[in-house]
Amino acid sequence: MAVLVYIQNFGGKLKKQNFEVASYASKVAESMHCPAIAVVMGTMEDSEIERLGNYGISKTLRIADKVYNTLINKLFTRVVQQVVVQENVTIVVFPDNNEGKAIAPRLSVRLNAGFVSGVVSLPLSVEPFIISKRVFSGKALAQVRINSPLKIVSLAINSFGLHEAKTPNRIVSFEPEVSLNDDSSRVVDRKMHAEGISLLDADKVVSGGRGMKGPENWKPLEELAKVMGAATACSRPVSDAGWRSHEEHVGQTGKIIAPNLYIAVGISGATQHVAGISRSKCIVAINNDADAPIFEVADYGVIGDAAQILPKLTEAFKAFKGE
Amino acid sequence: MKLLVCISNVPDTTTKVKFTDNQTKFDSIGVQWIINPWDELALTRAVDLKEESNNPVSEVLVVNVGSAETEPTLRKCLAIGADKAIRIDSDTKDAFQTAKQIAAMAQKEAFDFIICGIESGDYNSSSVGGMVAEFLDTASISSVSDIRFEGGKAIVERDADAGKEYLQVDGTAVLIVQKGFAQEPKIPNMRGIMMARQKPLEVISAVDANALTEYTGFRLPEPKAKVKMVSPDQMKELVNFLSTEAKVL
Repeated sequence: MAVLVYIQNFGGKLKKQNFEVASYASKVAESMHCPAIAVVMGTMEDSEIERLGNYGISKTLRIADKVYNTLINKLFTRVVQQVVVQENVTIVVFPDNNEGKAIAPRLSVRLNAGFVSGVVSLPLSVEPFIISKRVFSGKALAQVRINSPLKIVSLAINSFGLHEAKTPNRIVSFEPEVSLNDDSSRVVDRKMHAEGISLLDADKVVSGGRGMKGPENWKPLEELAKVMGAATACSRPVSDAGWRSHEEHVGQTGKIIAPNLYIAVGISGATQHVAGISRSKCIVAINNDADAPIFEVADYGVIGDAAQILPKLTEAFKAFKGE
Repeated sequence: MKLLVCISNVPDTTTKVKFTDNQTKFDSIGVQWIINPWDELALTRAVDLKEESNNPVSEVLVVNVGSAETEPTLRKCLAIGADKAIRIDSDTKDAFQTAKQIAAMAQKEAFDFIICGIESGDYNSSSVGGMVAEFLDTASISSVSDIRFEGGKAIVERDADAGKEYLQVDGTAVLIVQKGFAQEPKIPNMRGIMMARQKPLEVISAVDANALTEYTGFRLPEPKAKVKMVSPDQMKELVNFLSTEAKVL
């Protein structure tokens, strides 16, 4: 018996979210008195993989062929399935992000294993297996029971945190038996982000709304994001007006994000916007309208003019970082 | 080319969510139902692809797994421009059961692409698309933000961690799409609404399928602590709060 965690390979590197899912898998394994093991697809150095041992992972199966440096949903599903069978896994943990969403549902069908996505806590009970997740875009919490012997969950990013538990992590090569030409899709081109931080797994996000009054006023917001090491985002009216790229739109139909810190500048906080940010751990709202609904969901609020507040906040962050 | 767009019928985004039966069931009294916003974007682009003459898309179907109450949503899909709607008559309990119904139907018709929105606004599972693909043993591409055709072949753009990736698809695939695939949903015009009444809405019976998961209870989140206001002149204090109180720095 074992709990298996899927470790997304970020170009040969691990990110904080990997350690979070590893921490989670270890805690689940602990409650079931079995080991927590990991699977990593594609190229990654031993020294990097070993770091998973800091979060309770005692064995990692690596499928090192560089073919696996690019996500192919069907192929990856096949490989994880074979790992599950070989290692007698009973629970598989994925991150609830693009890659988790790509593989976990397929694996559920492949293994006839009940899948609950976006879980926010450890199982409330293991037998029967009951777990909680957010539903209705964060407006409610649900308890879900998985009735199949094999179980799959995906963990909402930033919902669990890191829990150190040092264990030696043994790295083992895994040779899947798969046909590499079995897929009707293949990557023919790539366009990498020029710079900046990917919004989807950013730890901190600074976001602007209509209250920014025009695209020419974004400079202080970008400056703040740069100093904080944050990604930039915007509300829907801003992307609809073409002030910012639609890639930056967060909210319903746009990107749904769950950073540790979300700073909303000049965003009124319509339900559709909140649906995309309610999973953030901490929300700061800066708005000149004291009655804006964003203050109902924010943890910290500042009333005033963004143009004046942003540079001050940037200075405060610089001072905090000791610059 | 024939496209199938999977449609989820969900409560309007502004719905105040309530539960009944000892907090075990969603209370649908007074709820406005809409096309799941992501599915609406999927349908918008599918219809655009059909209406543009320079690509090979000729037919767009929509499917929903649900009871007769979802038919107004399917009619709206027809008004937006789908050629035909299919309702699989079943009150499914989870994504697995829903996906199995769609896959069983899709197996009988040759769809080039089956398109699903990335998430549904009710149970936020992000599961049906991938599950349909696995039931059909076909390729799936997730986080899709665009599609174009080159010499009859589809080039699909997806968001990856490090940037954009472009995949060529030879054969059928399930596309799980997000914003970018379309920017804004199409609003049906009067002609579309009139024509929707004439278009076929076929009801088919469900196949045997079990659910693997079950919702056993719901609750509303704890009321959020009141927002802590910080004066615009105290930004150092705000950063201090974020560091020591919220512990997010």
